[in-house]
Amino acid sequence: MRTDYDVAVVGGGLLGSAIAWGLGRLGKKVAVLDEGDITKRASRANFALVWVQSKGLGMPAYTVWTVQASQAWGRLASELKQQTGLDVALQQNGGFHLTLGEDEFGQRTELVKRMHNQVGAADYKMEMLRPSEVKKALPLIGPEVSGGSYCPLDGHVNSLRTFRAFHTGFIAFGIDYFPERPVSAISKSGGEFRLTTPQGELRAAKVVLAAGNANQTLAPMVGLFAPMGPTRGQVVVTERTVPFLPHPLTTIRQTDEGTVMIGDSKEDELDDRTLKPSISGVMADRAQRMFPHLARLNVVRNWSGIRVMPQDGFPIYDQSETHPGAFVACCHSGVTLASNHAFEIARMVAQGALEPELVGAFSASRFGGAGAANSSGY
Amino acid sequence: MFRRSEQDKRPEVQIFVDGVAVAARQGDTVSAALLASGVDARRSTAVSGAPRLPYCMMGVCFDCLVTIDGVGNRQGCLVPVAEGMRIEIQKGKREIGK
Amino acid sequence: MTVAPKREDYDVVVIGAGPAGLAAAATSAEAGLSTLLLDENIGPGGQVFRAISSTPVTERNQLGADYWVGADLVQSLRASGAEVIQRAIVWSLDRNLDIAVSIGGASAFVKAKRVILATGALERPFPIPGWTLPGVMTAGAAQTMLKSSGLVPDGRTVIAGQGPLLWLLAAQILRLGGRIDRILDTTQRGNYFAALPHAFAFLTSPYFAKGLSMMREVKAKVQVVSGVTELAASGDGQLASVSYVAGGKRETIPADLLLLHQGVVPNVNLAMSAGIEHRWDDLQLCWSPVLDASGNSSVAGIAIAGDGAGIGGANAAVVRGRIAARAAVEALAPAAAAKLPAMATLRSDLAKAERGRVFLDTLFRPAPQFRIPSGDTIVCRCEEVTAKDVLDSVAIGATGPNQLKAYRRTGMGPCQGRLCGLTVTELMAQARGKTPQEIGYYRLRAPVKPITLAELAAVPKSEADIKAVVRG
Repeated sequence: MRTDYDVAVVGGGLLGSAIAWGLGRLGKKVAVLDEGDITKRASRANFALVWVQSKGLGMPAYTVWTVQASQAWGRLASELKQQTGLDVALQQNGGFHLTLGEDEFGQRTELVKRMHNQVGAADYKMEMLRPSEVKKALPLIGPEVSGGSYCPLDGHVNSLRTFRAFHTGFIAFGIDYFPERPVSAISKSGGEFRLTTPQGELRAAKVVLAAGNANQTLAPMVGLFAPMGPTRGQVVVTERTVPFLPHPLTTIRQTDEGTVMIGDSKEDELDDRTLKPSISGVMADRAQRMFPHLARLNVVRNWSGIRVMPQDGFPIYDQSETHPGAFVACCHSGVTLASNHAFEIARMVAQGALEPELVGAFSASRFGGAGAANSSGY
Repeated sequence: MFRRSEQDKRPEVQIFVDGVAVAARQGDTVSAALLASGVDARRSTAVSGAPRLPYCMMGVCFDCLVTIDGVGNRQGCLVPVAEGMRIEIQKGKREIGK
Repeated sequence: MTVAPKREDYDVVVIGAGPAGLAAAATSAEAGLSTLLLDENIGPGGQVFRAISSTPVTERNQLGADYWVGADLVQSLRASGAEVIQRAIVWSLDRNLDIAVSIGGASAFVKAKRVILATGALERPFPIPGWTLPGVMTAGAAQTMLKSSGLVPDGRTVIAGQGPLLWLLAAQILRLGGRIDRILDTTQRGNYFAALPHAFAFLTSPYFAKGLSMMREVKAKVQVVSGVTELAASGDGQLASVSYVAGGKRETIPADLLLLHQGVVPNVNLAMSAGIEHRWDDLQLCWSPVLDASGNSSVAGIAIAGDGAGIGGANAAVVRGRIAARAAVEALAPAAAAKLPAMATLRSDLAKAERGRVFLDTLFRPAPQFRIPSGDTIVCRCEEVTAKDVLDSVAIGATGPNQLKAYRRTGMGPCQGRLCGLTVTELMAQARGKTPQEIGYYRLRAPVKPITLAELAAVPKSEADIKAVVRG
């Protein structure tokens, strides 16, 4: 194994891959250490939204960061296309959150109002629409739809293909990807980090922890802190059908392949090998009320996945005081924020320091030891 | 591709394949009736549009997908024919309302 | 016409009405246990006894005596009082023995004290170039049509592959007056030597005499080419020809129908989705559940009988069904077990039924080139993923079938990996220099067969379920 890396990225999911790819793009010598086939991977259990609306209530900086990511996604998609030939099917023509019944409409209206009134947040033109207006964009909605919120910045992407594009790009950038190499210990000596793996030690000048919920255990090894509050979500996927949904929704999207993905649930569970059909039932019921024609489609997959969720729901980007050169990055929105991770976080890691004006608000110091209630707006 | 054995004395059942009357036998599955009928029953896949016919006839391969009485993507090898059943050969992805 | 289960709770639910399921359900119900038998097909019989109650093939010798054994099993089942539902598609089974079953487009939910899985086998994938062309089918498919609809091939027909079923099918097609132009035998020459040490058991098994006479019957009428080492189907949107190499010589023959067969493998989807532990079987080259001598799996209360427990053939399946059912009776109604054949008797019946199996497994072990494709040959029929696509993904970091999904969508189509899973495991194992056991298999989850969104939406829900989704 080579031991001379500029940066070792721990975690080869979407977040770690985006940062590693971004570092490779800047000419850095990068190693990515990843786990194997069976592990809790949010990168293959996500909803693939590039999503802005309703994010950042309680932390205006998160709104700004999200809007920036959304705006940079086009550049990421085109660079990936140019490098790998893979079209990640980015679509950013606005997205909806639909409501069923007047109560839900009222609640959503309240949320939109609170978002607008938040000082310091970027204006992302989220607005409430009545069914007649929704119908102009989404002609197949059912009679129970009471309206919904719309944000022109929202979109979605093929997240699995994005993952593949990053990994394909690794080759061109000379990034070494080491799967099945979990990191059990990290220490710093002689000005470099030593990462212990079952296959031996790997040495690098810098280390980025991008291991999802495992960051909680890894971070303290280099004087960092990443309090996670993992949650389980379920997704129902149908067979392919002809395109019918020109905009993604928070809970329904049609992939470029034609399948319909239906989300999203949230439970305080950690076991992604099981799921509750009754919860999928609620999701399915709501989906068919939003789009009655979906009722006849066949469900071909139903899965659960563990979200990577910092305890207060907002991203954590931090650098170590005690172990200079060590960084931690974890967030729920690994798809939405991929562009920021590839361009901004990678740049900051390369230059050796996070920029407080961009990501200072995301330091784990905000927890002061105890996690706040989840209020990310997710 | 296939023909019926002379000892088959089961009663005839009339089905319609893309609007054309086809004689099946009671107890046939939709897929068996299509393969016995001589009509071009090739569907095209939802992925590339490649032509396919049933492969396994036992419910596992999903290459027998067909629209039956207006409902798309049914496994023709698991559904018995019924008098007057309307079959449509599927082309590509499942359509809205089917 | 659609019949829902009569109760919500059963002592025993048997899934699959092939030889194992028929025997298990009859045994369990005869012993007085409330028993529900759920089966996907139109009638009972599974694959081996398919259409046993309805076949239009009335000349009994054409299907053979082994087939009509099924009629007795069905009769015993009918007499046993077991509740039987056909066209019932079990789409979920979990560790709590909660079962979701789709019947006539609506789901019912039943709970069992014991579950006996008798979901049988499916044909091993045979991924050769052109195997997705219309006109290429499994031998089992042709046999299904022959038994249930009296259909026989009448165009230019080639049968390729190996194994007992292939010869049985050929004999049945010929007896019914169907056409076979050529049989391409892919049995590896080396297998004959490898199988030799197991020959004695085979010679004294019932398979031997029957198999030999069937092969003689077929070879008298059809040209058989042995030692076939390469095989490909081609045509433009429809099978037009089959080309093969035998003895180093390539030949291409025109064909309308190519029937492929290289043995059967356990149908693991429902068992795996229930969380039952499986291990790679190096002899049978497939995943087999880890079971005790009574068929009990790693999930308490779920037993597996029949070919789903590891390929053993119909006779073994019947006995395994009785063993699993007897174990259930012993657990739930010990007094009633006394009336059943003793476990020792059943175990000795099983040993007899399994005699010769190792010989068959060794002789008919499929050659690597027919299991592990290369280049543009399709591996995943649903998502149309080729062997090269899989290898390219391995090259950029795919470690196993589940990561491969993320790179290429293999196994994410409607068949849920049934037609590509084994190929993917073996292909990745070869590419990575690992064992199939190390590579692993797709993580399978309910629904194991597609159900409509409306059907899923009708699943009973609690307040907590709604709160997990509607969060304001």
